[in-house]
Amino acid sequence: MSLAGSYRLRLRRKRLLAKALLHQRDLRPVKLRVETIRRNTVLLFCTLRNERVRLPWFLQYYRDLGVGHFLFVDNDSDDGSREYLAGQPDVSLWTTKASYRSSRFGMDWITALLRRYGHGHWCLTVDVDEFLIYPFCETRPLRALTDWLDTSGIRAFSAMLLDMYPKGPIQDQPYREGQNPFEIAEWFDSGNYTISRNWGYGNLWIQGGPRARTFFADDPKSAPALNKIPLVRWHRSYAYISSTHMLLPRGLNLAFDEWGGEKASGCLLHAKFLDTFALKAQEEMARGEHYADSREYKAYLEGLKEQPDFWCKWSEKYINWRQLEILGLMSKGNWA
Amino acid sequence: MSTGQGISTGQSTNTGQGTNAGQGSLGFVMLCHTALHRAGQVARYWAERGCPVVIHVDSSTPDAKYNQMREALADLANIRFSPRHICEWGTWGIVAATQEASEIMLRDFPGVRHVCLASGSCLPLRPVDELREYLDARPRTDFIESVTTADVGWTVGGLNAERFTLRFPFSWRTNRWLFDTYVELQRRLKVKRKLPKNLVPHLGSQWWCLTRQTLSAILESPQRKAFDAYFRRVWIPDESYFQSLARLFSANIESRSLTLSKFDYQGKPHIFYDDHLQLLRRSDCFIARKIWPHAHKLYATFLHPDAASHPRAEPNPGKIDRLFAKAVERRIAGRAGLYMQSRFPNSELANGRTAAQYSVFEGFAQLFEDFDTWLSRVSGTRVHGHIFAPERVEFAGGETVYNGSLSNSARLRDYNPRSFLTSLIWNTRGERQCFQFGPRDNQTIIPFIAGDPNAQISVISGAFSVPLFQSNLNFSEIRAEAARLQRIEAEMLTLLRAPDVKARVRVWNLAEFVENPMEPLQMIVDEISPRSLRRLTEVPRLTDLTGFGQFLQNLRNQGMKPELMGDFPAGGEMPGPGGRRQRPYLVR
Repeated sequence: MSLAGSYRLRLRRKRLLAKALLHQRDLRPVKLRVETIRRNTVLLFCTLRNERVRLPWFLQYYRDLGVGHFLFVDNDSDDGSREYLAGQPDVSLWTTKASYRSSRFGMDWITALLRRYGHGHWCLTVDVDEFLIYPFCETRPLRALTDWLDTSGIRAFSAMLLDMYPKGPIQDQPYREGQNPFEIAEWFDSGNYTISRNWGYGNLWIQGGPRARTFFADDPKSAPALNKIPLVRWHRSYAYISSTHMLLPRGLNLAFDEWGGEKASGCLLHAKFLDTFALKAQEEMARGEHYADSREYKAYLEGLKEQPDFWCKWSEKYINWRQLEILGLMSKGNWA
Repeated sequence: MSTGQGISTGQSTNTGQGTNAGQGSLGFVMLCHTALHRAGQVARYWAERGCPVVIHVDSSTPDAKYNQMREALADLANIRFSPRHICEWGTWGIVAATQEASEIMLRDFPGVRHVCLASGSCLPLRPVDELREYLDARPRTDFIESVTTADVGWTVGGLNAERFTLRFPFSWRTNRWLFDTYVELQRRLKVKRKLPKNLVPHLGSQWWCLTRQTLSAILESPQRKAFDAYFRRVWIPDESYFQSLARLFSANIESRSLTLSKFDYQGKPHIFYDDHLQLLRRSDCFIARKIWPHAHKLYATFLHPDAASHPRAEPNPGKIDRLFAKAVERRIAGRAGLYMQSRFPNSELANGRTAAQYSVFEGFAQLFEDFDTWLSRVSGTRVHGHIFAPERVEFAGGETVYNGSLSNSARLRDYNPRSFLTSLIWNTRGERQCFQFGPRDNQTIIPFIAGDPNAQISVISGAFSVPLFQSNLNFSEIRAEAARLQRIEAEMLTLLRAPDVKARVRVWNLAEFVENPMEPLQMIVDEISPRSLRRLTEVPRLTDLTGFGQFLQNLRNQGMKPELMGDFPAGGEMPGPGGRRQRPYLVR
């Protein structure tokens, strides 16, 4: 990369950080417990709006993995999410009525919190419907992974978004609070992903899966990106560019091996396609607060009307991380 | 009394210095720097079972933690703490610390016959009595991995013999630039250090178990000053000081370490977790490193007072070796043909473009009426139609979605044809894929296939004209289409004939293929399924080509030049047997 090119990226990063600082003022603390954060605590950062029914399982899942503290930004929920989170002993909560869209879809808020509280910690940035799977996650806590990443000198861990879906129309099996969403959405696409390199930022651009297959078959370019780098040993000078798809400085995006080897990686199981989805899609369409004019939701609503079933006879039923490893969706790398 | 942890209850049988004569024959020197509570736990385990322990704690570890550890172990009479040194990786400090701690061991515990060097992240896998018995049966043997530099393949960073001939005054960790520059400078100036007399450099694992005789001979050697001065400037002396000197003083070296310790490709030790329990148990090794400090189950199991051992055997870390070797291989070589979030090889890498062998057929489906069903029958493979066809992906059996949930949408495929093909081959590994290709199809994939050693490409050039010959189009349209397809196919053939092509390419023109179709078909099938080397008993039905020569002549008459089809006599009968009979000959 040319000197001018890297300088441009540096400016870009500084601008992102400045914007985050600006948007920090949007945030009003509801309940802060940040003083309980210890030097080695793994932190989780999350923005949400009206996700009350999902929260109990979400918190439970990440507590079991060993997340030590949760930092939430509530974007004006009115379904009790805020009150529920404020009552949790390991949660720090901010709230805001400001626009999700104009804060770079929540990333400005998260960047501000990451900069303030994440420095020096392993930080996991996810949505409430994203569940991290990594090699050996059944037997080794998150701390084992982050310790290993530390000793290997790795600062960022990639986890591709894997869309999970139920068999049959998504409205058929209602999701109960506290339920494992993957009891319902237990299917996924194992081998229809397209990958290309994004030379500007050095990351991989992954698309495909059930959404591309059903909603974007006519316009594959617009299909949502699935590459994610959610787990990073944060430094206050880092910034996410677009969602958690890529970061600056760009060296953090090199989570893949170019010479044939495999680096360690995980998956984010995406529990988006539950019965709550149709409702969400309508609400978000009305708000128009989502990426690219809510194009995704528009496509969903159109698609959902005619063909509400993602399942096909080649759909793969989720078993465990080893299955994902064998299928080549994630890798142990040299972690054994 | 049983707290579940077991080991910290202090209710063990032999507290203090060896209560019977044989008990004190084995002592441990421990080098610790982090997770001192774990190191303390292990030290207590050994000390309570009659093994004296001398502990060295890195002086960069906070004093508070050091004092905490001293206090926690204060009740044990056979534990000593040695003066603290800074133990930066690759520097002399580690050796100095080991020397001093060993001296204390030999001085304070005269009953000790074997001294074992361990780290704070080591864990005994078998009861210490078994190790003691093992050593009692080999009272004169030194267990130290010690290999000459010429035979070592495992050093990381390119410094091998140069470790001993150059000087390394700068820190690799904190002053990498100075370190590298100084190494380079010495290479340029061809500096060579003089080795102390008699010394032959040897390398090996840092974790050894030496007899009192050998260890004291090293420490009390009249030449020690010279040795120390020399090794002070050697790179990573902790892997060479004792390993080299033992060769001078030991009568009986067994060149292996009793401590199971594996290194990955970056030279970092592999770490053991709770889920390695069974593997560690079955290894029959005495000590393992390094253990993750939070591996509660491992510590609880192996330090448990009743940790029973199954029938004794020689240490056999084979399974663990394989596990780690596989992990390193996965990191370095990866799985061929897999493209995913953490493996995306540069496209120039020809090896492993795809996961398995596959076959591409151009012109066969046009020339034979039932080519795909025939091929799948005789070769036992999956035969698709034109999977790069402009309308849709023609998966075998007309499936709309295929293995791995690949869609038959042409748009999705054309968005990234390379991902499409590599996914298809990856998803179906274990079953050979064959597909048809032609000049009507998306040609952008050709360079990728041509550079792939897994591809077997068979082309009957000019066969694209057969469907036109049979079609019901106006002749001017036929002519235009024939010219277009011929141009595309000619371009493709140019690509396939380039010198850097890695695929196995075979090209026949239509005329020569029709003349003798059996031989090529036999060859292709033999290559696909080499084990079933048998004569073809059944051949696909050749399409009726009566009048094809005249058709080509008509094209010529209209001003087009059909080149790729070969020589068909104008207006005459089809050449060769294929034309006169509906099926080609079977050569028996």
